[in-house]
Amino acid sequence: MTALCGLAVLAAIVPLVSVLWLVVSNGAKGLSLDFFTQLPVPVGESGGGIGNAIVGTLYMVALACVMGLPLGIGAGVFLAERGDTRLGGVIRFTAEVLAGVPSIIVGIVAYGLLVAPFKHYSALAGAAALAFLMLPGLARATEEMVRLVPNGLREGSLALGLPAWKTTLRVIIPTARNGILTAVLLGVARAAGETAPLLFTSLGNPYWNFRPDQPTASLTVQIFTYATGPYEDWHQKAWTAALVLLMLVGATSLTARFLTRNRRARA
Amino acid sequence: MVRATDATMTSVAPRPPASRRLRVVNVGDRTFAGVLIALGALVLLVAGVILLVLVRLGAPALAKFGLGYVVGTDWDPVQESFGALPFIYGTLVTSAVALVVAIPVSLGMALFVTEMAPSRLRPLVSFALELLAGIPSVVYGLWGVFVLIPWLRETLEPSLGRALGFLPLFRGPPIGMGYLAGGLILAVMVLPTITSISIEVIRTVPLAQREAALALGATRWEMVRLSVLPYCRPGILGAVLLGLGRALGETMAVTMVIGNMPEIHASLFAAGYTLPAVIANEFAEATGALHTAALAELALLLFGVILILNILARLLVRAVRRGPSRVAA
Repeated sequence: MTALCGLAVLAAIVPLVSVLWLVVSNGAKGLSLDFFTQLPVPVGESGGGIGNAIVGTLYMVALACVMGLPLGIGAGVFLAERGDTRLGGVIRFTAEVLAGVPSIIVGIVAYGLLVAPFKHYSALAGAAALAFLMLPGLARATEEMVRLVPNGLREGSLALGLPAWKTTLRVIIPTARNGILTAVLLGVARAAGETAPLLFTSLGNPYWNFRPDQPTASLTVQIFTYATGPYEDWHQKAWTAALVLLMLVGATSLTARFLTRNRRARA
Repeated sequence: MVRATDATMTSVAPRPPASRRLRVVNVGDRTFAGVLIALGALVLLVAGVILLVLVRLGAPALAKFGLGYVVGTDWDPVQESFGALPFIYGTLVTSAVALVVAIPVSLGMALFVTEMAPSRLRPLVSFALELLAGIPSVVYGLWGVFVLIPWLRETLEPSLGRALGFLPLFRGPPIGMGYLAGGLILAVMVLPTITSISIEVIRTVPLAQREAALALGATRWEMVRLSVLPYCRPGILGAVLLGLGRALGETMAVTMVIGNMPEIHASLFAAGYTLPAVIANEFAEATGALHTAALAELALLLFGVILILNILARLLVRAVRRGPSRVAA
């Protein structure tokens, strides 16, 4: 029985190792300064890069943070402070259920809200979809982190005469700062890896773009386009782009874990 | 004074009862409370908005096709004749394959981590699970196109065809792409979900339960089978349902390996289509309002099913998490 279970573990490890190893080995071949700084060249030609896609992803994730962070962290603080009520329970349950909504459906909602009325694909719509996706996870994780702050801190602050709202804003939240930052970074890592909602909100763009009302290229959509295209050069670029994406997501997640390492050891 | 509530296991820091919390008496507190409630209620608003937009986008198709949409098999944007059945079939088949493969592996891993592995290995396995969960879907798709499909085409599908070809499931030319490819990639992607929740659920089994079985002479496997697994059954079911929910909605990896054929075939080797895949492929280039509406109606269908599934799953997992306090009482 132990052997069977060990076999199960191996069955899970094999694809993981395969994916990681192949992305690194195939992707490393295409890494170059050009890859990060150049625009894509016309189909069939070699050379060029996906600088605009990398920038596009960073740009949309940043926009998504601007839109999603206040809401997500605010909802999380609400759940931590007043989550023991009926309303809090309902909101928490809704947040958990929302976390399971597939990204493509969120994309369609963003399309209906921000693309169809304006008849225009835009980076803003893509960022809105990403913000939608970040919201539930951020709210729940922020709640957990704020709840970890010891009650003695709150009581001490109140005893010293600080009103309840100032206690929350100036004492509790800054104490939970690392944990909230972790939650944010994990949300960012997830948003950076999303493809489906961007397919029909920000669409794609062969040029540099910094305007929120224009379509924008993104790393993930570029991988999809290149991987399913017929050109060998595109396939190689897809592997390299996947390597860049994994490095981005990995670095963000590692930073997030690093921030709460002490908290974990104590808990 | 030790109170009964002190003994209950909670996953959050204990809060003072309402009577001891400071009452909201000044303007600052009330404004802040209002702001917080507004932000919290926004979550509910988001849920409502999602539902509303989907219904509004899909309304033309709902009006035109009614309930027959669900059983129609035609998907012809040119003739404006739409039917959802091939996609529902594809989604169900790939998810079924994913669960059939993932459940034994997940349970095996969960049992390995909680019961059998030396504690040195546990953080490693958790780390591996986190890695698996963190790889973006499109990267799995990329791997699927260039690694999984050739392997299926050259190795697995011919072998399955030779060994089990008498079953309609394994007949037909091994092209690599198709339901089996989609199902296998989904299995890899739902593995972390089912495993990590199962681990959490198995850990809630009280020590007394396990020790009782061992004291009565059970071997380790008998102990697991008789006192751990039955205790966890609703929780593991919840984990499986959550994994299923994830499998149903998974888009990119499946789109890249499923073959994109809106047809229904019995064989797992055949190419097919799933609900998220057709939306991903056709939405940006939908020809006409009816096409868009038809796709939006597919999304509504998917949303409804996943919503119900997720609610059920969360309720199950919660019931098990609260288990110990109820059992001890």
